Amino acid sequence: MATTGSGGFLAQWRRPTQKRQDYLTAALCLAPWTIGFLGLTLGPMLYSFALSFFEADLLTQRQFLGFANYSNLFHDPLFLKSLKVTATYAFVSVPLGVVVALGVAMLLNQKTVGLSVWRTIYYMPSLISGVAVSVLWLQIFNPRMGLINGFLANFGIKGPAWIFDSDWALPSLIIMSIWAVGSTMLLYLAGLQGIPTELYEAAEIDGAGSIRRFVNITIPMLTPTIFFNSLIGLIAAFQLFTQAKIMTQGGPNNATLTMVLFLYRKAFEQTRFGYAAAVAWILFAIIVVFSVLYVRFSDRWVFYASQDAK
Amino acid sequence: MNSTSSGVTTRQDEIETNMPLSETADPRADHTTLHDTRNLFKRVGRQALLLALVTPLAILFLMPWAWMLSTAGKTTDLIWKMPPVWFPPNYQWQNYPEAWLMGDFGRYYLNTLFICAVAIFATVMSSTLAAYAFARINFRGREVLFVIVLSTMMLPTQVTLIPLYMIFSKLAWVNTFRPLLVPLFFGDAFSIFLLRQFFMTVPKEYDDAALIDGCTRFGVLFRILMPMVRPALVVVAIFTFTWAWNDYMGPLIYLNSPKLFTVTLGLTRFMGRTSVEIQYLMAMTAVSTLLPITIFFLTQRFFIQGIVISGIKG
Repeated sequence: MATTGSGGFLAQWRRPTQKRQDYLTAALCLAPWTIGFLGLTLGPMLYSFALSFFEADLLTQRQFLGFANYSNLFHDPLFLKSLKVTATYAFVSVPLGVVVALGVAMLLNQKTVGLSVWRTIYYMPSLISGVAVSVLWLQIFNPRMGLINGFLANFGIKGPAWIFDSDWALPSLIIMSIWAVGSTMLLYLAGLQGIPTELYEAAEIDGAGSIRRFVNITIPMLTPTIFFNSLIGLIAAFQLFTQAKIMTQGGPNNATLTMVLFLYRKAFEQTRFGYAAAVAWILFAIIVVFSVLYVRFSDRWVFYASQDAK
Repeated sequence: MNSTSSGVTTRQDEIETNMPLSETADPRADHTTLHDTRNLFKRVGRQALLLALVTPLAILFLMPWAWMLSTAGKTTDLIWKMPPVWFPPNYQWQNYPEAWLMGDFGRYYLNTLFICAVAIFATVMSSTLAAYAFARINFRGREVLFVIVLSTMMLPTQVTLIPLYMIFSKLAWVNTFRPLLVPLFFGDAFSIFLLRQFFMTVPKEYDDAALIDGCTRFGVLFRILMPMVRPALVVVAIFTFTWAWNDYMGPLIYLNSPKLFTVTLGLTRFMGRTSVEIQYLMAMTAVSTLLPITIFFLTQRFFIQGIVISGIKG
């Protein structure tokens, strides 16, 4: 089997059979994922795209509608409302989360005593399910006996009705989202610890104060982390569902009707699968377009040091 | 997305060197010259200032937990007292077993534990295989395929939700655990990514040595690589567990009969019963968070490392 050629004895000995065996192994290893990708991701994706042009439910005949689902959606006041609610939630809660997470991470990065205890305290809320968080905060926001209005009562302030008030319901969900910034905070903490200390030492020698060091070193070096996590956070925020479903049922007066909750209702309460599929594709399109723009404009503010720093 | 692999490895090196985010005390605080004493004061003052900022915020973050536990042990009339009583004089421990029995929580727990166990097994097996191929075997199209794996992570689940529901209902799988479990046997993009990163850190010489000794490719995977990346397997297992434990939309859509309900569904069902008093609801909410939190404390080191690596996936 060994042929004459370049390479040592081992390479010659292995080459002919090993290569074929490698291909076979790779095929076997990737078979489950490939089947899953075709059958559970790509296939359903195409199917749902096709479905969005039909009037379809689970049982009866399908009817081709062309773009009617899409044009109807953009005349559906509830859908337009859900777009607005979702966008407001995403573009307020995510930047707010970045600020809080970054602030906590900066504090904890200062060689604070008892770091692992603090880290655990801030991280714990991210561990539990959206359901448990929602059930808990539903009571915290309770206007009559909840924690927040109870706290305000100490100062003689009568708090709003929070999630039962159409003006306060969405802000309530945003406040709640801040409680779960722990996992982002951990990433910023890791990012901060990845900044080479030489940079700070050099800046200190050059006479830069702590504010200058923060603005000119910490923030630029952290922009890749901020960029990536805010993108992931925004994509997740566009898909807000559990909290709105459990706490407010989209109410009051549709003040917390998110896109995915709207989709859920159309699909699983009214079995309008075609219409709901169109919602899913609009959501997908928004996420894709937004992500592309976000990545496109990232070079204006994201600083990658890895090429020259290493 | 194209330059993913190279970008990721460098960042990962960084993590491994910096990762133990441990609170090592400053070892320089030993000498007792005047200068050092002044430094020590400066350091203590700095710590005091930091703690003055960190502590109130930490208390704020702990308050919902404390309030949950406090409310869970109250009597009905104490609950409605304003401003709230933080330490109920007679903590009603019996609220926990009473609520547990009221809501069939034993069954919800068993169901969820079963789902979690299968989910962990399925995800670890299928993702390990795919990750191994991506990390170790050279074949044409590998890079393209890996980019596809990564890009599926960005796909919102809603896009495939409706067709999958239609398929599973055609198969008469609705109201069984199958729609929740079967897809997991086909690998999970995030776990594939994570395991691939770990496999790449093991020198290839191990594989070569074993192959020369007559080991098969699968032998290399199961006997050499998997034992070496055990921390990564733990990370995948923990992540899968937390995900399966906390999942809401899947069970909500596919499980109808209460005897199949998971903890999350059971909790919302319990809440929906108008007669349920808030102390019972809080008691069961507390119990539903117990297992994820315990597992977190037992595996904190792996857990945090996993989160950090996952955040740098793009």
